[in-house]
Amino acid sequence: MNDTPAIKLRKINKSFGPVHANRDIDLVVKKGSIHGIIGENGAGKSTLMSILYGFYQADTGDIIVNGNKVTIPDSKAAITLGIGMVHQHFMLVDNFSVLENVILGAEDSQRLAGGINRARGELRRLEEEYELRVDPDALIQDLPVGLQQRVEILKALYRSAEVLILDEPTGVLTPAEADHLFKILEVLRSEGKTILLITHKLREIMAITDTVSVMRRGEMVATRKTAETSMEELAELMVGRSVLLRVDKKPAEPAAPVMEVENLTVTDSRGVVVVKDVSFSVRAGEIVGIAGVSGNGQSELLETLAGIRRATSGTLRINGETIDLGTSSLDAADMRAKSMAHVPEDRHRMGLINSFSEYENSILGYHRDPAYSKGPLLDLAAIRKNAVAEIEKYDIRPPNPMLRTANFSGGNQQKIVLAREIERDPDVLLVGQPTRGVDIGAIEFIHKRLVEMRDAGKGVLLVSVELDEIRALSDRVLVMFDGKIVGERGSDADEGELGLLMAGVEDERNLLEGAAQ
Amino acid sequence: MYEMYYTLILILDSTVRLSTPLLLACLAGLYSERAGVVDIGLEGKMLGAAFGAGAVGYLTADAWAGLLAGIAVSVGLGLIHGFASITNRGNQIVSGVAINFLAMGLTALLGQTWFRQGGKTPALPEGGRFRDITFPFAEELRDVPVIGPLYSELLSGHNILVYLAFLAVPLTWWVLFRTRFGLRLRAVGENPAAVDTAGISVTWLRYRAVIACGVLCGFAGSYLSIAQSSGFIKDMTAGKGFIALAALIFAKWKPANAMFACLLFGFLDAVAIRLQGQSIPGIGEIPVQFFQALPYILTVILLAGFIGRAIPPKAAGIPYLKERS
Amino acid sequence: MTAGQLPRWVDYGLIPLLNLAAAFLVSGLVVVLIGENPLDAVRLLVWGSLGYGEGIGFTLFYATNFIFTGLAVAVAFHAGLFNIGGEGQAYLGGLGVALACLALDRYVPWYVTLPFAILGSAAMGAAWAFIPAWLQATRGSHVVITTIMFNFIASSLMVYLLNNALKKPGSMQPETRTFEVGGRLPFLNDIFPAAGFGYAPVNLSLFIALAACFLVWLVIWRTRLGFEIRSFGANATAAIYAGISPVRTIVITMLMSGGLAGMMAINEIMGSQHRLLIDFVTGYGFVGIAVALMGRAHPVGIILASVLFGMLYQGGAELSFEMPNITRDMIIVIQGLVILFAGALEHMFRPAIIRLFTPSQRLTAREA
Repeated sequence: MNDTPAIKLRKINKSFGPVHANRDIDLVVKKGSIHGIIGENGAGKSTLMSILYGFYQADTGDIIVNGNKVTIPDSKAAITLGIGMVHQHFMLVDNFSVLENVILGAEDSQRLAGGINRARGELRRLEEEYELRVDPDALIQDLPVGLQQRVEILKALYRSAEVLILDEPTGVLTPAEADHLFKILEVLRSEGKTILLITHKLREIMAITDTVSVMRRGEMVATRKTAETSMEELAELMVGRSVLLRVDKKPAEPAAPVMEVENLTVTDSRGVVVVKDVSFSVRAGEIVGIAGVSGNGQSELLETLAGIRRATSGTLRINGETIDLGTSSLDAADMRAKSMAHVPEDRHRMGLINSFSEYENSILGYHRDPAYSKGPLLDLAAIRKNAVAEIEKYDIRPPNPMLRTANFSGGNQQKIVLAREIERDPDVLLVGQPTRGVDIGAIEFIHKRLVEMRDAGKGVLLVSVELDEIRALSDRVLVMFDGKIVGERGSDADEGELGLLMAGVEDERNLLEGAAQ
Repeated sequence: MYEMYYTLILILDSTVRLSTPLLLACLAGLYSERAGVVDIGLEGKMLGAAFGAGAVGYLTADAWAGLLAGIAVSVGLGLIHGFASITNRGNQIVSGVAINFLAMGLTALLGQTWFRQGGKTPALPEGGRFRDITFPFAEELRDVPVIGPLYSELLSGHNILVYLAFLAVPLTWWVLFRTRFGLRLRAVGENPAAVDTAGISVTWLRYRAVIACGVLCGFAGSYLSIAQSSGFIKDMTAGKGFIALAALIFAKWKPANAMFACLLFGFLDAVAIRLQGQSIPGIGEIPVQFFQALPYILTVILLAGFIGRAIPPKAAGIPYLKERS
Repeated sequence: MTAGQLPRWVDYGLIPLLNLAAAFLVSGLVVVLIGENPLDAVRLLVWGSLGYGEGIGFTLFYATNFIFTGLAVAVAFHAGLFNIGGEGQAYLGGLGVALACLALDRYVPWYVTLPFAILGSAAMGAAWAFIPAWLQATRGSHVVITTIMFNFIASSLMVYLLNNALKKPGSMQPETRTFEVGGRLPFLNDIFPAAGFGYAPVNLSLFIALAACFLVWLVIWRTRLGFEIRSFGANATAAIYAGISPVRTIVITMLMSGGLAGMMAINEIMGSQHRLLIDFVTGYGFVGIAVALMGRAHPVGIILASVLFGMLYQGGAELSFEMPNITRDMIIVIQGLVILFAGALEHMFRPAIIRLFTPSQRLTAREA
């Protein structure tokens, strides 16, 4: 193996309108290594990789592959250069078979038959070489997520990729699937492939990479040998200052339960049971955190309680009233009427209407409140007055209620949602991923508000995939795995212990042995 | 008994004739929509093609030249649709509506300007029209019981475009499911991002689908003016493009189903013509309007999910835009 | 290229005007193609539509139709729905008007008949939109396709009814008897003789149309229902999060839309034809799409666009009289071009204009 780097980037710049997504990026990736790129959401990692894969073109800068300066005008060029990519959202055709997906774009000839046959043989070979087993004739829509990802890797290998880019590959995987993926990556490395792993999870970087580069706000701030760095150092590099997610709070003084959930089961539109017989309660004056790897039923749990999703069965007791969730047809408006507010996980998709003005968004869900009505009409003056008050109290910038919410930053958008939900003084607040894509300053502000809610004697149910956030805020932690609550711990829960629960491992010794090998 | 059989043969014979333009237009729509470009402009493209074919067929006295002109007009309108909906990512429904208006207005306007017969083109001269093809021994076999009428009336005696239309069904199936182009076409209608990341141009692929659609609509329109009749008449498509669209949904975007759907709708039309003013014993007179509305009613019932489920290609109607990280 | 990148006057003023200019430019080329002088044609068109009282009267008469069908399309747009069934809904609206007039015209004056005619037209139009709306809301059948289908079903149904149930006894014409005075709206020429509308059929419906514009504005931008409709149209997921019922919103919006389309028949049937006849809608429903697109789904824009299309209709008729080469089909061509440029190609000029309005950005990109 020679020392020419597999990939070298020099002074890469890329802007989208006013947003400078990549600024003077330099990067050197050694052949046959696993190179991690870590950074917060929005740090520019995906943009950089999309440039390398020809999905976007850099405004300026050089790309050097195997020592040769190249231009990558489209994905085809990247594939020709031996670069393959596994996207965060899989680029698969759902109603095609695995084979059809693998050969799409690499069909050999005008007629399909030849290409299909060759692919069948080639897949069998790859299967043996890398332990990538998958039924070539299965339809993608029938495969679990982990296998779909495997198809994506096969696609790249089928095109003889020497460099494989994986963009946040574990976000949708269960811990077991993620472990399996890492094993595959190690096999690939041993066969001489180069791997670029994009992630915002420190643990993954420490577990598998040889080298790690850190991005922050569109810039490459550091590159380290993984063996010579620590999670603490990387975390600091990622956010630009030392982060000790610690929220000042007094011990909780929980009172009687305000919300009790019993035997809740939820089936999604595909007929998969996503929440399985879940029971828990939230007391007045406490924050209950739900920890878990994304996709283990937390989102569906939250949406069901908020009245957005139908439950199959189960009861909800809120403020003494008992509701049969399996038979009732309560929607989000009914839930709000029961003094339950909801800060949704995805503010762009759900929490805000980005083409609406700030003041219009400030009543979304509360637009039927008599306070904002004058006879049959909306009382615009009252609505704007309320919006201005919230802007002031939550320090929302720019302080202009007439501005479309699309023009606010992530942190300010989240404050708009938070203000709307908290200021109605609900008894129960459901919160999902409150600080996703939010800058540090706003994170502290948001955390403080949530603790204030608790101190005011409200019940808060917090769902977050960020374990640090769960630990910093929660008075009690429930861990969800595969749709079930698999454990409950106090506010002093040990990180490693929670991690094990999130991984769905009940016998801890087994896992420790597995990790050691 | 024999008379009933003969009547049935005659109805089926006119079913074939009436289904042909529907089938051609339906397959046209299939290429476009399978690639994710919704096309409610089938009607306009057919009308444009009928005019182009009628005009050039008259001027050159050559049916093939007429057909080529029809195809050219239809592809031209298709490219406008492509420019609006693929290049400019405009609303595909709106674009289709615009194409229909343009074709309706331009054919009548230019027809009047050029030929001064109230928007019609003059009757085609000898050679300007596709003649019916008589199969070998069709005349001799005419009187053979059962097989005779079937062969001489139903199978023989159609023009070349009819046979081409029915040949286009297996051909379309083969192209869609057995060639590289077909694989990519179906993929781009389901998940254009997957096609893009596989290094294939979404734009060019969709343009090719739109062109294929234009060619087939060209056949469909030309059939109306230079095969079925002898010249172009104002608004001669009379909603056939929309019936073809209904048939496409009815067929769930599949080639063989498309043929059956078009035959069914053609059959309804043939029966309606046959039954006009006649009363059926036991039922009485069925209004002709009922048969005219039936294809649409059946399609609505299908869309409502009472006979299976019509699920369009996933990316149909959605302009492709590379997402910003 | 998201909204909000450009000043509002560019988004709502300059770009629509550019699109319109492009449509007219191409229309001019078509006129040249058929061997006439486009400038003469424009002069004739403007004079024919605005040059004298009767011309203005006709222009306003057509504009009244377009206001109704334009509002119908616009209301649906706000909920993210594309109602292209205005044609069929207006046709059925005619049935509602006719039934009211036929029942009452011999017994009561027009102003007693009118509320029933309005109710009848709106109810029938709404009813014809209901099934597509219901199927969209509960079974996900696309409203575009079902409303197209319902246009054709409406056409067959009306032909059948006019040929059988509603036909005047002893007549071969597929139309009802002519209404008596109790089923006729007063012509504006009779109310305001000074305006000199002459024989133009512009009638009281114009004011009903303007009232409908105001009501639509009020409902969409000033009521809770309007808030819900716009929320649902802009982001359906967020609307559900806000407790807005999709089924209710889709159905109510489509009922409003169908009702407005149906009300077009008041102008045409009670205001002008004074009988129900075959194919009286003749494309007004479809032109509503062009009107709504050009008017940016806002009542004020719709009024302006309706007057423009009214001018095209009336001026076009005059034009075809003066220049026989330019038949009324020219108007259909222009409609097509307006729909194409103002609708399907609405973003064509945007990138260029954005570049024009953000020179600073280009500089920074070059620096970097």
